[in-house]
Amino acid sequence: MNTNLLGVLVTLALSVGLAIPLGRYLAKVYQGERVWTDFLNPLERLIYRLGGVNPGEEMGWQRFIRALLTINMLWFIFAFLLLFLQGVLPLNPDGNSSMTADLAFNTAISFVVNCNLQHYSGESGLTYLTQTGVIMFLQFVSAATGMAALAGVYKAMQEKQSNTIGNFYLYFIQSITRVLLPLSIVLAIVLVAAGTPMTFDGKINLTTLQGVQQSISQGPAAAMIAIKQLGTNGGGFLGVNSAHPLENPSFLSNILQTVSILLIPMAMVFALGYYLRRQRLAWVIFGVMSIGFLSFVVGTIRAETAGNPAITAMGIDQRLGSMEGKEIRLGAEASALWGIATTATSNGSVNAMHDSMTPFSGFLQMLDMMINALYGGVGVGLLNYYIFIIIAVFISGLMVGRTPELLGKKVEIREMKIATLITLLHPFLILVGTALSSYLVVNHPDMAWAVKPGNWLNNPGNHGFSEMLYEYTSASANNGSGFEGLGDNNFFWNFSSGIVLLLGRFLPIIGPVAIAGLLAQKQYIPESSGTLRVDTPTFGLMTFAVIFILAALSFIPALALGPLAEYFSMY
Amino acid sequence: MRPALVEAFKKLNPAVLYRNPVMFTVELGTAIMLFMTIYALLSGDSSQGSFGYNLLVFIVLFLTVLFANFAEAIAEARGKAQAESLRKTREDTPAKLVRNGQQEIVSSSVLKKGDVFICEAGDTIPMDGEIIEGLATIDESAITGESAPVIREAGGDKSSVTGGTKVLSDRIKVEVTTQPGESFLDKMIALVEGASRQKTPNEIALTVLLAGFTLIFIMVCVTLKPFGDYAGTPITVAAFVALFVCLIPTTIGGLLSAIGVAGMDRALRANVITKSGKAVETAGDIDVLLLDKTGTITIGNRKATRFYPAPGVDQNDFVEACVLSSLADDTPEGKSILELAGEQVVRKASITGAQLIKFTAETRTSGVVLSDQTDIRKGAQDAILRLVQKAGNTFPTETSQAVKDISNNGGTPLVVAKNGQVQGVIELQDIIKPGIRERFERLRRMGVKTVMVTGDNPLTAKYIAEKAGVDDFIAEAKPEDKLAYIRREQADGRLVAMMGDGTNDAPALAQADVGVAMNSGTQAAKEAGNMVDLDNDPTKLIEVIEIGKQLLITRGTLTTFSIANDVAKYFAIVPALFMASLPALQSLNIMGLNSPESAILSAVIFNAIIIPMLIPLALRGVAYRPIGAEALLRRNLLVYGVGGVVLPFIGIKLIDLLVAIWF
Repeated sequence: MNTNLLGVLVTLALSVGLAIPLGRYLAKVYQGERVWTDFLNPLERLIYRLGGVNPGEEMGWQRFIRALLTINMLWFIFAFLLLFLQGVLPLNPDGNSSMTADLAFNTAISFVVNCNLQHYSGESGLTYLTQTGVIMFLQFVSAATGMAALAGVYKAMQEKQSNTIGNFYLYFIQSITRVLLPLSIVLAIVLVAAGTPMTFDGKINLTTLQGVQQSISQGPAAAMIAIKQLGTNGGGFLGVNSAHPLENPSFLSNILQTVSILLIPMAMVFALGYYLRRQRLAWVIFGVMSIGFLSFVVGTIRAETAGNPAITAMGIDQRLGSMEGKEIRLGAEASALWGIATTATSNGSVNAMHDSMTPFSGFLQMLDMMINALYGGVGVGLLNYYIFIIIAVFISGLMVGRTPELLGKKVEIREMKIATLITLLHPFLILVGTALSSYLVVNHPDMAWAVKPGNWLNNPGNHGFSEMLYEYTSASANNGSGFEGLGDNNFFWNFSSGIVLLLGRFLPIIGPVAIAGLLAQKQYIPESSGTLRVDTPTFGLMTFAVIFILAALSFIPALALGPLAEYFSMY
Repeated sequence: MRPALVEAFKKLNPAVLYRNPVMFTVELGTAIMLFMTIYALLSGDSSQGSFGYNLLVFIVLFLTVLFANFAEAIAEARGKAQAESLRKTREDTPAKLVRNGQQEIVSSSVLKKGDVFICEAGDTIPMDGEIIEGLATIDESAITGESAPVIREAGGDKSSVTGGTKVLSDRIKVEVTTQPGESFLDKMIALVEGASRQKTPNEIALTVLLAGFTLIFIMVCVTLKPFGDYAGTPITVAAFVALFVCLIPTTIGGLLSAIGVAGMDRALRANVITKSGKAVETAGDIDVLLLDKTGTITIGNRKATRFYPAPGVDQNDFVEACVLSSLADDTPEGKSILELAGEQVVRKASITGAQLIKFTAETRTSGVVLSDQTDIRKGAQDAILRLVQKAGNTFPTETSQAVKDISNNGGTPLVVAKNGQVQGVIELQDIIKPGIRERFERLRRMGVKTVMVTGDNPLTAKYIAEKAGVDDFIAEAKPEDKLAYIRREQADGRLVAMMGDGTNDAPALAQADVGVAMNSGTQAAKEAGNMVDLDNDPTKLIEVIEIGKQLLITRGTLTTFSIANDVAKYFAIVPALFMASLPALQSLNIMGLNSPESAILSAVIFNAIIIPMLIPLALRGVAYRPIGAEALLRRNLLVYGVGGVVLPFIGIKLIDLLVAIWF
């Protein structure tokens, strides 16, 4: 077996192997059981006292959501102001300028919502103050927001009838102090050892071996890269993200980063099993996600290693696979795995140019984000999956002749209304956004904007369509990666994708939390042989079908005009 | 058939159809196609396809709506026919109304609640009511189909009479208990009329989901316009509308209402009148079933099987005492004692001049005081014990032992005393209905726990419970015990169903999630329950549960089928949309359909004809099998999910072969 494929297998095995114990630990943390990190108690108490929060206070789902939204809004204002004024603030050794209002709006939202869509380049667009104080800070808190929301849902899914789902602030702070911070510290140190810079010095000016003068951007990168991957954020320190040799120096660092991308999303699934003492359920969910994920990985690796027929036609050797837009130190397989791992987990980091991947890979990456629940972002991935479970439970509950119930709680009209609304949202944002931009490109190519719609697309035809579709898919899925090749730093894209980001983030958090909160208030119905069990392979299959039919049915026409048309015309 | 067709056209009225969001949007699509057809005819513009093609798409869409309406209409027609035949029996029968002490003959239709009428032998009872005076034998075969006449009398639990039944003997005075138009039957008829039918919560939740799917596909189709413009692919209006109609879940949307009506109809066919559609669905969710022992689990009543005389009492004397105490006792137990004693003994015995002592809750014994002042009583051990002790006598240990043995064997001991001295004990035994064990087994596989309710002592109850195969029992049950048991189960989150007939069952019937009152029961019981069983069949609950489950299963499976169908429709329509400008997408045309027009037509035709093809299934309901939820889900997923994916590929291809002749 070649090293590249071995690397893929090692990455996956390591991810699962670490996710299981981490899941058990997470469940203990959220249940308030004793764990080895309890020595942090005094620190947390201090934070609660400073914040005026009583961590023991139980919240109903409405209050829980209100707390979540309020604190997120404060971060947005804080981030916007700092980005807008960064040029005149300290820690700016390279003298970078402040952001325009629309770019600051887009960037602030993008990081608050854990998306990390970047319409700027880190080297010149940010200062060290905003890199650490805004970007890195938000990468921690946005990840913790998703984890805390899911912790509330864990609690709500317990058997006993309850009007409360726990304390948002408690889950939130613990997600940071007990999980994200310790893991990030370990990963950052390893990355520094692997060669990633961690400094407040400005650019290095040097003469290369070729005798050329070059100034190389650096900064406090290692710390940020750790949380960028662990928190499924993805916003790179430098413009080309993890394709940059300083962000991701070697094959080994690439494996570590890929593992850290998958780690917490996987662990959150196992944590559900430990929390509810329903490990079979966790394994069924994990199984469904993994079957989807692995088939995407296999598809992408095959497409990328097979090479690009157009390049083969030029007489170029493609034994290493389709290497356009990829790093030679990482190789086609690791780049393919990365592409699927990041689009699956709403982690927008890239180690290769998605725009240059073969159309079939582009198709799978987009489909991955359209589903957005194959592991998914930290916390939010499982929340998205929860909605699919609700719909699967509803249809299969009817099929076995009972009012549908999930873990002993009846799924009724209100829950279905919310679930349906959330299901609608993702196609709505993606399709309407893409339709609007397509309309502008076709009918108003000469609009007097900084970048005219006619000049948005680097590529004509189907590929150009994919670029727009990818942008909105990435925004709605809160992924953050770009297909690139799209002129996106201008008012239209900054503003429209900003709105998509906001809606695509908070409604899919509010929905599942509300459903879980409503279900928690209902009386528990003990299981009987007539009860639909959700921890069986049959139900897993049902969920799988619901996920694929919903994603495929809503997006196939769009995908047909983008990557599929391109694929069929190339092969 | 014809009235249903007429109804199907009437239901095209958008003001009616809007209640069904899926079919309403199809109707809108049909209207657009009508406009396009006229446009193609008048303008001669063929950029939107030929006139013939547009016309055909219009006709097929129109038929789609019509088929859906027809499905609902035919389900309603069946239900109404069933209900009408019941109602007819009670319409316009002359009633002997008592007004100010005067008797006058009026039509039953003018009777109001609170009116009092008289019925004599040969009269048909004009209206539901309660006997306030008298006793009569009544032929209820018009309602129940049971030919044996029943006795109804004022007071007690057998006082209610049903309109349409016939008085065979005697004379009764009856008070009307319902307002015209509000009888159970009227309520039932409302349930099978689509327009006035209230949707059940499950149905509303499903409608929400289906409306959601419809909205998604509206977005898919609307956004396809700018996408197509970008790709330089003109898409015809017919193609848009066809894509939309094919993708939205028209199969389940079209049949949803019919399924609901047919469910009520099945309940009615089982001679169960439900007061709401929700009750039938709730029946499908039942976890615990409370059943009275007598009549449900055992045949009728206990029968005397053996006499055990006390020590020192002659067998013949004892039997004679038993017979004397039972001669005037017309309870089934009493009669069975005479049967066991034999005709010769009975004929010899005489109770002329004797004073009868009826069973009262206070003494809990019954018997007779003969003309020579001999006092013969029979009753449960503790009741007789008290009597014996009062007389200063002792209870023989041998008899106590016999009592215990009888109880252990599931029998009921009935101790007989003469002048305060124990004479012996009669053994009464229950006879368990054949086949009941299998029914309980079936219920267990459905996930329903069965609970036997009996007045017997715990020992007897346990014995019978084991023999009949019920999961639990309530012994020495008083009406409050039933209520308490139901409350306890409900507190644990279980749904409970029970059947009852007496006034003292009313609180429990009201408390139960599904309470089925027997038609022979009191008005109070019938008011308290949410269903009335016209057959007075205590095992009817099992059928009702299955009807409820069937209703939900039919909805679930057809939803799955409908959505699974979309996969094939995509493969038909998506390549057809872009075939002209993106020939590469021809690779998606895996069915090898002839042309874009034929592909689109085949898809909409398949979409339309699948509705009438599934009407029989919707009316009959998908069969319920008590094989456990997991196996049932696997089975239904395979048949309706996988089947739903595969079938349209075949169907659309076949239709295309035909359509390809023209397009």
